[in-house]
Order: sequence, then structure tokens, then C-alpha cells
Amino acid sequence: MSEAAGQQHPIGIYLKIWILLFVLSTLSYLVDWFQFEGFVRWTLILIFMFLKAGFIVAIFMHLTWERLSLKYVLLLPPLAIVVLIALMAIEGDYTNLTRHLFFDR
Amino acid sequence: MSVDTDKTTTFTEPGISGMVSDWSSDKQAFDMPWGKLMMWIFLLSDTFIFSIFLTGYMNVRMSATDQWPNSSEVFALTLFGVHLPLILIAIMTFVLITSSGTMAMAVNYAYRGDRRKTAILMAITALLGASFVGMQAFEWTKLIVEEGIRPWGNPMGAAQFGSTFFMITGFHGMHVTAGVIYLAIVARKVGRGDYEKKGYAIVEIAGLYWHFVDLVWVFIFAFFYLW
Repeated sequence: MSEAAGQQHPIGIYLKIWILLFVLSTLSYLVDWFQFEGFVRWTLILIFMFLKAGFIVAIFMHLTWERLSLKYVLLLPPLAIVVLIALMAIEGDYTNLTRHLFFDR
Repeated sequence: MSVDTDKTTTFTEPGISGMVSDWSSDKQAFDMPWGKLMMWIFLLSDTFIFSIFLTGYMNVRMSATDQWPNSSEVFALTLFGVHLPLILIAIMTFVLITSSGTMAMAVNYAYRGDRRKTAILMAITALLGASFVGMQAFEWTKLIVEEGIRPWGNPMGAAQFGSTFFMITGFHGMHVTAGVIYLAIVARKVGRGDYEKKGYAIVEIAGLYWHFVDLVWVFIFAFFYLW
């Protein structure tokens, strides 16, 4: 791996990922267009979102070809955000509940 | 190249053991120019900022007792007599993805030493970014003037809609604007040949920032517009 010379890959890979991102964006737009609801909507939205995010980071930002040291530096800290999201979801639910309990009369 | 040859000799071992030796040896830990590492660290911190905004938005939306405005209808446009939900946002998404594609190719041509193509592709990227900001300005104007959405309330439902919308898309739009300026400056310097001696890592660094802006939009699109 000759990182010192910079990231060099055939140009075709960028075009393929580009087209793929277009397709995925169209698909996530169609989720809204067809008005999917509930579990199906959320599953589809999240799948398309993570696929798009993954391709951007892995190919466009070249993370696939970086060394493990950098991958861990970038991918481990965001796990703290998952904890925050879980806590805030519980909190939001609770606030909603108490608002209904005390303000709905 | 910016990494000294005597320091690069050990960046060859793959996997976990390679990572251990990267960290434990008496040398620089990351196999890249310092500017690129600093950009990655900045982007990691920016990830936290945007995550906190989006998490705050989630919390506020979950706890709101009023009906949340239907984003599919709020952001609908009527084009040529056809009513299209979310169409402007879809176009903005495609514009930003396209700009990411041209940026990736600019990085590629930069490392091949093709100055002209690099500068042109970066200029196209900046122009697409500017058009994204333009469409966002149009969207904001429509929301404020025609639909009466304010940070403290709106006629459609939950008052928190406006504050979270303007905060999140505003902060993202600010990133895009800064990126357009950054790309324009670097493109000009590339075209002039300022980096002939220093190498073209700067184009990759600017590219990292630009792809990150696109990445954030992926999450905003999913959580704000599609929820």
C-alpha cells in the first residue's frame, strides 16, 4: 500500500458508486412517493440511508483503503452517539407521556 | 511527499498487529499527511455536532403533543401543473450527490498530476454546491413567506418544527457555503500550479470535507424529510 503517493484508484469505481447513490436516492424518494407507513417505511429509509452513507465513506472518502488505526479512530467514537440516541428516545417518550397526563384536560 | 521515507517503512503490516505496531513504535501513528489527519479529526467532531442536533430534533419531535407538520406536503411543489411531494429536496439531493462524484474525480486527477482537469472538476463541484445553496434559499423563502413557518410556530402544527428545521438545514447550508468558498480557493491555486512542489494531498483533504457535507445531507434527508 503506497499511501504516501496518495489514493489512486481507477476512475470507473467512482462512476459506479455515483450511479449507485443515484439509484439509492431515487429509491428512498419512492418510499415517500408511495406513502409507505410504519415499520416498512422505517426499515426502507434506514437501509437506504446506511447504504448511501457507507458507500460515501468507504469509497468516496477512501476509508476502505486506509489503515486500521484510522478506521478505529473514526468508527468507534460515534458509538457514544448510539447511547445518546437511546437515552433521548426514552426521555422524549416520557416527556410526551407526562404532557398528555397533565395538559390534556 | 510529506511523509519522510524513514518513517514509512513500518506502515506495511496489515490488520490488528499492524495497528498495534503503528501505535507502539517510536514514529508517527497515522500513515498520512498531518493536514489530512486533522481534517478527519475535525470531521469526527463535526459528526458529533450534527448528531446532537438530529438527536435533539428527535427528542423534541417525540415529545411534541401537537401534530407534526407533514414534511411530504410542506415541501411539495407544483411544477407544470403537477403536484409533486418533496420534489425540490429530491433535486437538491441529486445535485449534492453529483457534486460528490465530480469531487471524487477531481481527487483522482489531482494525484495523476492533471492540473487542468482537477481545477475544472473542482470548479464544477463548487458551482453545484452554490446551486444547492440557491435552492435552499428558495426553499427557506417559500417556507417563511408563503407558508408562514417561524422558529417559534407555524400554522400547520407543532411549534417546534420551525426551530429544528431552520437550525439543522441552516447549519448544513452554512457548511455547504463554506465548502464552496474552500473549493473555489483550492481550485484556483491548483490551476495556478501552487501545489506542484507540495503535492496534491490538499485536493483530497478538501474532498473529504465536501463528501462529509454530502454525508450529513443523507442523514438530514432521511430523518427530517422522510420521517
